[in-house]
Amino acid sequence: MKKKQLLKEKTSNGVRKVGVVGIGHTKFGNLSDYELVDIMAYASLNAMEDAGIDGGIDQVIVGNMGAGMLNHQTGIESALVSTLNLEPAMAELVSNGPASGSSAFKMGYMAIVSGMVDVVLVTAGEQMRRVTGWEATDFVATLSHPEVEYPYGLTLPAFAAMFTRAYMAKYGLTERQLSLIAVKDHLNAEKNPFAHVQLPVTMEGIADSCHASVVNSYVSEPLRLYHMCPVSDGASSVVMCAMDGAARFKKKPVRIAGIGSATDTHCVHNRKDPLDLKAVRLAAEMAYKMAGIGPQDISFAELHDAFVILELCLAEEVGFFEKGKAIEAAEKGETEVSGRLPINPSGGLKAKGHPVGATGISQIHELVKQLRSEAEKGRQVKNPKYGLAINFGGFGNNVVATILAKE
Amino acid sequence: MNIAYELEMKLRPPQKEMLPYPAKFITMASGEKMVIRQAKREEIPLLLEVIEPLIKVEKDFYDIVAARFYAELLGFFRYRVRDEYCLVGTIDGVVTSICNGRLVNDDLGMSYHTMTIKRGLRCGAQMFAAKMEYHIEILNQKEVFIVAESPIGFRRWMIEYQLEPRFHVQHELGGVPTYVLTRDLYFAAKERLVTGTRPVPEELLKTSDTLILPEEYPQIPGWHR
Repeated sequence: MKKKQLLKEKTSNGVRKVGVVGIGHTKFGNLSDYELVDIMAYASLNAMEDAGIDGGIDQVIVGNMGAGMLNHQTGIESALVSTLNLEPAMAELVSNGPASGSSAFKMGYMAIVSGMVDVVLVTAGEQMRRVTGWEATDFVATLSHPEVEYPYGLTLPAFAAMFTRAYMAKYGLTERQLSLIAVKDHLNAEKNPFAHVQLPVTMEGIADSCHASVVNSYVSEPLRLYHMCPVSDGASSVVMCAMDGAARFKKKPVRIAGIGSATDTHCVHNRKDPLDLKAVRLAAEMAYKMAGIGPQDISFAELHDAFVILELCLAEEVGFFEKGKAIEAAEKGETEVSGRLPINPSGGLKAKGHPVGATGISQIHELVKQLRSEAEKGRQVKNPKYGLAINFGGFGNNVVATILAKE
Repeated sequence: MNIAYELEMKLRPPQKEMLPYPAKFITMASGEKMVIRQAKREEIPLLLEVIEPLIKVEKDFYDIVAARFYAELLGFFRYRVRDEYCLVGTIDGVVTSICNGRLVNDDLGMSYHTMTIKRGLRCGAQMFAAKMEYHIEILNQKEVFIVAESPIGFRRWMIEYQLEPRFHVQHELGGVPTYVLTRDLYFAAKERLVTGTRPVPEELLKTSDTLILPEEYPQIPGWHR
């Protein structure tokens, strides 16, 4: 690479530009018949095929939250490299709860920016359906504080329910309005071949009919069954490279424009205002600053709606809407695929599914797919330029924001 | 008198007059209306066709449930089980789910099986609820014996209804631990788990008149009738 050309592929502050040139994804759902590493290998091979390569990976980074607990398997990064026959590529595991995928992506970006490597395969996966539903819920709850939260039965659905109640009290949101988000997400997921729940639901079915209180029963009041993500297995993968070497890949790169991440107190009760998702705001601000844009420039977003309330709150924290106003935009159809600012065109965690460690890369996968205009008919965002993903670790205590841009 | 007929009559168990299950409908999450009604004996051969493809599906224990369900319905059809009934759930006439059971005596019901063909809408949960409603509210029984043959069943019945474990009693399906739904447990769970509207509007009920075989089974990818 000539020096002059290399400089051209750097941002104005001299940082090496990085892009995504390959994406892969398994279907999300019940994949308990397969081994976790095989699931991740499948997504990885898809990403490599998409990039038009069968090797040449300098580093493999795996995002995963709990294979040691759920699958009684550790060292999955080494196992994946071997399964893919990618030795002697460097291999690391990144674990950051449900934000493991995005954190792995961030590490891949940093590795390339540093100049240490040129091509990184980031694969994130989780297999949660080999254990019972309550064991999976308990597993996720282990990210809460072991002394002042977990022993009191605080699971993530319980956290989300308390959060929703506080939000309802402050902004007057209703249960029915929460169902609107679910209906939109299910509609998008129906058209997404990777989605766990490809089943459209209606307001009549989950909110308005006299049977809805049973069909859509409470799980953790005021949150009902269709206000929550399913427990899923799955994996997603991306091939990242330095833009100065992107020409050798099959597909045009999608540029990583901004990445930010931030943390907040481990214990939710230590926050001054439990409705203030500070880490989300800070991570998004950092990503906007790096990209040199603001929320008004974002064409669409993938937001971590493990519970539908989070789609609203995250949309407000990243600056799309004023606090308490996101639901008005949703009611006007602004966040639908055909709306002014589509949110979760993939179906979101709500309906696409949430294999916790895989979610971050799955979101990136969706950003790339949309920015390449490769999304399925009926869920392709019109002329997208920038896509934002928010991957929410813990109950907002470790958040990663990613902005990708169409080159 | 025809000897074969006479012999057949000797083999058949005595049948008790059972109050019929009054049809109802439920609006599912998809907005589709599922009609739940009692299956007629002459409809059993079609329901056997519904079940048959699932007999070799190991996943989620469909094989054991389907095989036993098939035998129970065949027993019902050929008059070899006493006081058995079958309920069927349909959406636009297509069979989505079925359940069955029988009366041991006036006070005790025996829940047999519940099977969902169309998955993702919790049709099975509604069918089980309808079955319990039949035993407790329509037939006015005191208790229903229940077992689970799959983790899904265990979660849906034993946990959601908080059934009473009564392992020292024998369920007709074998040695699987027996749980019991009492009237108190049923009414405690009713608001949360049992729903439906009666009467079913004539037009809607008519869609269920002729049962339609499912064309595809999510349990058997790629399978078409």
